[in-house]
Formats: sequence, C-alpha cells, structure tokens
Amino acid sequence: MFPAAATFACPQPPVSEGPVEIVPGVHWIGAFDPNLRSFDTLMKTANGTSYNAYVVRGSAGVAVIDTVDETCSDAFFARLEAVARYDEISVLVLNHLESDHSGALAELLRRAPQAHVHVSPRGLQILRTLLKDAFGLYRISPVTTGHSVSLGDRSLHFLTTPNVHWPDTQCTWLDQDRIIFTCDLFGSHYCDERLFDDLVGDFRFSFEHYFDRIMRPFRSSVAAALDLIEPLAPAVIAPSHGPILRANPGDYLRHYRRLSSPRFGFGAGTDKTLAILYISAHGATAELAQAIRDGAAEEPGVRVSLFDLDRGELHPFVDLIEEVDGIALGTPTINGDAVRAVWELLAKLVDIETKGKLGAAFGSYGWSGEAVRQVEARLQGLKMRLPEPGLRVKLEPTAADLAEARAFGRRLAAHLTGRAPPREIDLADLAAR
Amino acid sequence: MEKATLTFTDVSITVNVPPGTRIIEMSEKVGSGITYGCREGECGTCMTHVIEGAEHLSEPTALEQRVLAENLAGKDDRLACQCRVLSGAVKVRPG
Repeated sequence: MFPAAATFACPQPPVSEGPVEIVPGVHWIGAFDPNLRSFDTLMKTANGTSYNAYVVRGSAGVAVIDTVDETCSDAFFARLEAVARYDEISVLVLNHLESDHSGALAELLRRAPQAHVHVSPRGLQILRTLLKDAFGLYRISPVTTGHSVSLGDRSLHFLTTPNVHWPDTQCTWLDQDRIIFTCDLFGSHYCDERLFDDLVGDFRFSFEHYFDRIMRPFRSSVAAALDLIEPLAPAVIAPSHGPILRANPGDYLRHYRRLSSPRFGFGAGTDKTLAILYISAHGATAELAQAIRDGAAEEPGVRVSLFDLDRGELHPFVDLIEEVDGIALGTPTINGDAVRAVWELLAKLVDIETKGKLGAAFGSYGWSGEAVRQVEARLQGLKMRLPEPGLRVKLEPTAADLAEARAFGRRLAAHLTGRAPPREIDLADLAAR
Repeated sequence: MEKATLTFTDVSITVNVPPGTRIIEMSEKVGSGITYGCREGECGTCMTHVIEGAEHLSEPTALEQRVLAENLAGKDDRLACQCRVLSGAVKVRPG
C-alpha cells in the first residue's frame, strides 16, 4: 500500500544538502521527492523522482531554468538562495510548463519580477492560465530555434522541440559548457541524491520505463528533437527528472534514437501494412474478418494480417499496431457494448503514436449493434483517419454480407495505397454514416 | 444559394456543404484525421492544412491568428474549429 500523503507533499526537502555544482557557475537547484509513488496517474514511481531545476551564472546575468513541483518549493528556493540573489536573476527559462516544473513559478516571479521569461510560443497559453492577471506584469518573450539570450560570457540557445511530451516543450543549450537542458526528454523517475549518472544506482530500467510511458506516444517528435540535439554532441544532458547524464551522454542519445525508431526494422519493405484484429462470440465476426482479409489481400502493395484478439497477448498487439499503417478492429456487440478485450486494447493504444493511421471497425450483432460505432469513436479520438464507415452485420453474415465485407477490405487497402477513388457526397449522406 | 465543396484528402471524400460550414463540423463526420481538442480555438489540435481554396475561407479572427502564431503554423494552416467555408471548392488535410 502506498503512503497516503506521498502524492501530495514533498516529504522532507533536504535543504541542508544545498545546490549541486555541475560545472563552475552552473548548479542544480531542484528537489528530491523520494516518496512519490504515482506520477500523473500514468506510471508508478517505485523510488520516487526528482524535479530538476538549474541556475546558470554569467558575467552579466543569472538564469534560472525551470522550477519544481509546488510541494517542493521550499527546497527549491533554499537552494536557489544559496547560489544567487533574487535581484540578480535576469532570465527565467521555462522549458515545459507542466505543474511539476512550474509549481514554484508564480512565487519565483513575485520574488524576481525583473526576470525576463523565455518560453516556447506554445507555452504562452499555459503561462497565461498559470499566471492569470499577473501575466501582464512580467516581461515574457516567446523563443524558437535560433533565438538566444546572453548572460555575458555565457549564452543560452533555444531549441524548439514540441510534443516531448507536451506541445510547449523546448530544450535549452549552454554552448560554452556544452550542457543541454532537456526538461522531460532523457528524464527518469528515479530519486537518488547522488544525482549524476556515474554516481547513482542502476537507473537504466527507470530511464527506459520513462521513455515507454511518457515519450513513446510522441516517438516521431522525439526523433525530430534528436535531429536538433545530436549534432551538438553535448557533454552533459540535464533533464528535469532523475539523474544528470554526464558519463557517456552519447550512449543516451543513441539509446533514445533506437527507442524512437521503428520497432520492426525489417520485413514489410515498401508495402503498406493492414492488421485485422477481431474477437468473435459465435463465429460471425470471425467470418467477416476473414472476408475483409481476403478482399484487402487483393490490393497490390498491401500486406494484410489477421489476428484473433482472444488468442493473443495485449502488449505484442500494441507493438504491432504501432508499426502498421492501418487497423481494422472487429467486435461483436454484447450488452450494447464492445467486448472487454477490445476496450482493453483500445485503452492501451494511448501508449503509442496512432495519429494519421487508417482505422476501421466491423462486427456482427444480435439486436442493436452499438459496438462498431463505439470503436469508431475511440479510433477517431486516437486521431486516426476512418475513410470507410464501419461494417455492421446482423447475426450470421449472408453471402451478400460476405461479398460486402470483401469489398470493404478492398476499399480499406485502396485507401492505404492511395488508389481509393475519390467520392462526392451530400450532407444527407453523412446522416446515414 | 451559392454552393461550396469541402474535400478531405486523407479520406478521399468531397462533401457538398452549405456556405458558412465550419470545417470541424464535417471532418469528424467523414472520418478525417482532423479532430477537435478544445473546440474553442485555444489548443491548436484541429490544425488543418489548406491545399486549395484558401480564398474561400472566412478571415481568421484575432483569436485564431494568435493561436496559429503560437502553434508555429504555416501560411496555409488554419484551425478547423474556427474557419468557415464561404463558397467555392476547398481542399484540406490534417495539419
């Protein structure tokens, strides 16, 4: 059982431990939260986490990069005060505005109102919401790749790296010291006060688990961010959670590149891939699945595969769907609903990138047949495109139903290859969809 | 009444629509990957790339202009929840 208070209060800010020097003039001023056991309800955090924030001192200014969760503000401010006065802070960089990094923001701005805030353009709307009426009191500038701010003998350069994992995310590069501040990218929920990757315990599991739960749904955005970061060859990767990576930063870059690359780097060639996954109560939906498969297989350049959801493990199916170009999901309607195995699969798809894939639903039903439309709504929620209205058949499919299922499969395959004939419809036709 | 058509290239469908129709009203019905988030012009989720017929769309409001700029939108991008098809033929895909 998890400690009840752990989620709500940073238990023992180890203020006495003070800031941690990364290189002269650059300090970690974050906070440890060793008792956190659930993050964002997304993942368990078996040994807690840290909220990493940083101070960079230059000859003509001091920058603070990110803050911490509000529950850990005391530790953050104590460490900040140990390395800088509030009236010295000339720059505040907000790489990501989720509450675990912006929890001390409003108070920091009250103490250092002269700080010039640098945030990504997409961060502005969240910043307005966070600061409310105080938004207009401060100097706030949106920054993108190519923008920089001088601290005298040091300067910070901004990299626009959206959707890793919020739209607002950005990275900040300190070129004099070759330190990249990546916010959630390269993070781990791993709490160890020794802080550096060459000193802490074995955090590899946490590093990879963090990618799987936080970054995997944004795999292509991670790859785009790596395109900007890799050429910099950073000496230190300073994320916003977990260990600071200084021993072999190139290893982490290469591992992230692997994790963000297609899982199956072999096989299908240039063919488009369509996976048909179904579950069948009495065989009718299975018959439809087979007919759809047969029809789709007639389309050149499409590889079609057929799977019985009831006879496979969930996670491999998720891996499969991550890699294919399209899915057709078959379910009967039981008690006016799609069946549990289908919902479990659909719920897991939030862990992968599904935007733009082709989706379709089909199934047999006895009375009302709600399941197909329910599945379609979920697929649309996953930002898939659904070019064909779902295929619903009452009870056992007839020969005509099976012929229509084959045609349905052919049309889905044609949409994958780009050979689907254009259609023109009126509003009245849409009412029937 | 003047006619208007709206083509969603990602699902190969053209819909004959009444002038004044918002793109998001049609995109969900035809199964396009242009989907809504907040539906209030704030989040940028429904970003849409206009392939043809931008001149047939309503002018962006101040809100839409701001959200497009903050989302680093290209010159041919619009918010499906905000802009309306006024006439003619418009062709779009998810942005």
